[in-house]
Amino acid sequence: MKIAESTPSSNKEGALRWNRKDLLSLRELSSQEIDFILDTANAFKQVGTREIKKVPALRGKTLVNFFVEPSTRTRTSFELAALRLSADVINISATSSSLTKGETLKDTARNLEALHADILVLRHSSAGAPQFLANRLEASVINAGDGAHEHPTQALLDLYTIREKRGKIAGLHVAIIGDILFSRVARSNIFGLVKLGARVTLVGPSTLVPREFEKLGVQISHKIDNVLPSADVVNLLRVQHERQRKEYFPGTGEYTRFFGLTKERAKLLKPDCLIMHPGPINRGVEIDSEVADGLQSVILDQVTNGLAVRMAVLYLCGGIST
Amino acid sequence: MKNGKQNSSAGVLIMDAEAIRRALRRIAHEIIERNPRLPEIILAGIPSHGVEIARRIADFIRGIEKIDLETGIIDVAMHRDDVGTRGELPVVRASKLPLPLEGRSVIIADDVLYTGRTVRAAMDAINSFGRPARIQFATLIDRGHRELPIRADYVGKNLPTAANEKVRVRIGSANEPDGVWLLKPDR
Repeated sequence: MKIAESTPSSNKEGALRWNRKDLLSLRELSSQEIDFILDTANAFKQVGTREIKKVPALRGKTLVNFFVEPSTRTRTSFELAALRLSADVINISATSSSLTKGETLKDTARNLEALHADILVLRHSSAGAPQFLANRLEASVINAGDGAHEHPTQALLDLYTIREKRGKIAGLHVAIIGDILFSRVARSNIFGLVKLGARVTLVGPSTLVPREFEKLGVQISHKIDNVLPSADVVNLLRVQHERQRKEYFPGTGEYTRFFGLTKERAKLLKPDCLIMHPGPINRGVEIDSEVADGLQSVILDQVTNGLAVRMAVLYLCGGIST
Repeated sequence: MKNGKQNSSAGVLIMDAEAIRRALRRIAHEIIERNPRLPEIILAGIPSHGVEIARRIADFIRGIEKIDLETGIIDVAMHRDDVGTRGELPVVRASKLPLPLEGRSVIIADDVLYTGRTVRAAMDAINSFGRPARIQFATLIDRGHRELPIRADYVGKNLPTAANEKVRVRIGSANEPDGVWLLKPDR
């Protein structure tokens, strides 16, 4: 079979079979499972380029986007992913739900299940909320970000983008820069990158990048200029004003001076170094506009790939028979 | 499966490598005969055996008519209508079709035609890329038991089977010869 291409890890006899109904974290996934999701996403990415951008894979399934914390891009990405798989979608946000009337998370979820929802995509301010529901519901639960714990689909789309642009992940040096302490994106990225064999350096002020993280198999630096020249990928995290407390954070001007990817600093980078950002970007804070819009930036590829990765996750978790 | 001799574990040999070669060569001739405008044709295989079958038919047509037909790959996994009802989730792959399809004749190639549901999914997949002038279907084996109003335009061999029998095809393996076997149910 000479023309048969792609998915080398999954089309062999005795290959991996997906058997998870939920996606809660990257910490719990094996490197084979991560590769399998990325291979599946590769197939789904192409659907977006077709004349008819829709396949019937999840026809008849109902997906509930349950976002207790505000989010536009992750929610719309999941919504569009579900629509392209022909699932029906309802969106519930914190302000429109009965959570503001005192209903518990579990009761809200049980009500959603009584509507025969098949997939629940949950964004929540408390770490562990998706796990809590996954243990109690028959529906698939997809973690769309829980507190400062994990944001698995964001890390998967980052991994996908690196693999797509560089052809591999193992052996690359990835610098994750910024507010690591409060970042679920950083946590999920660390687990995924380390499992797939990348070398990871966390960069930021000591208050936001504590030594604790070295236990996860990464290096730590508080001097960005020492790290940039050897990086193959820099992943800039958003300064999360909403989560900051004064004692951790020096102020945005000072942050930019020490850790922002300014036009001048970007000159330290290798010419083929990828610049990533989960968005939304704070122009002029963690990244200069010229850099965000420059040739090395793959920020918009990340958005496109996020759709493919979420289609893959919904297909795999929502498609298995339980 | 040793070298295709009749034995109980491998089932009954229905076609050996030479029979497969002749069947595919005949199909190539039939395609040439029925399609006066050969360059319009896209030979699109359903993974994994259909891809190899499409490639071989294209080789025969190149040998006969000195023309290189375009080939493609059609993923059917994401177009199936039974996701969530089967034990195992089919692995999805990217389709690969030369675009645009308007004005083209797409010939779907697969190894075994059975219920017809795979071909239906393949037609849906093709239609999501565009609207070809016509779609035809070539299969190495037609084993009957259709569940949809579908028939093949080109058939390598009609093989009457019982629903509880299995048809095993090996084609394009790196180190083992091609063959088609009929497997009786275990007793």
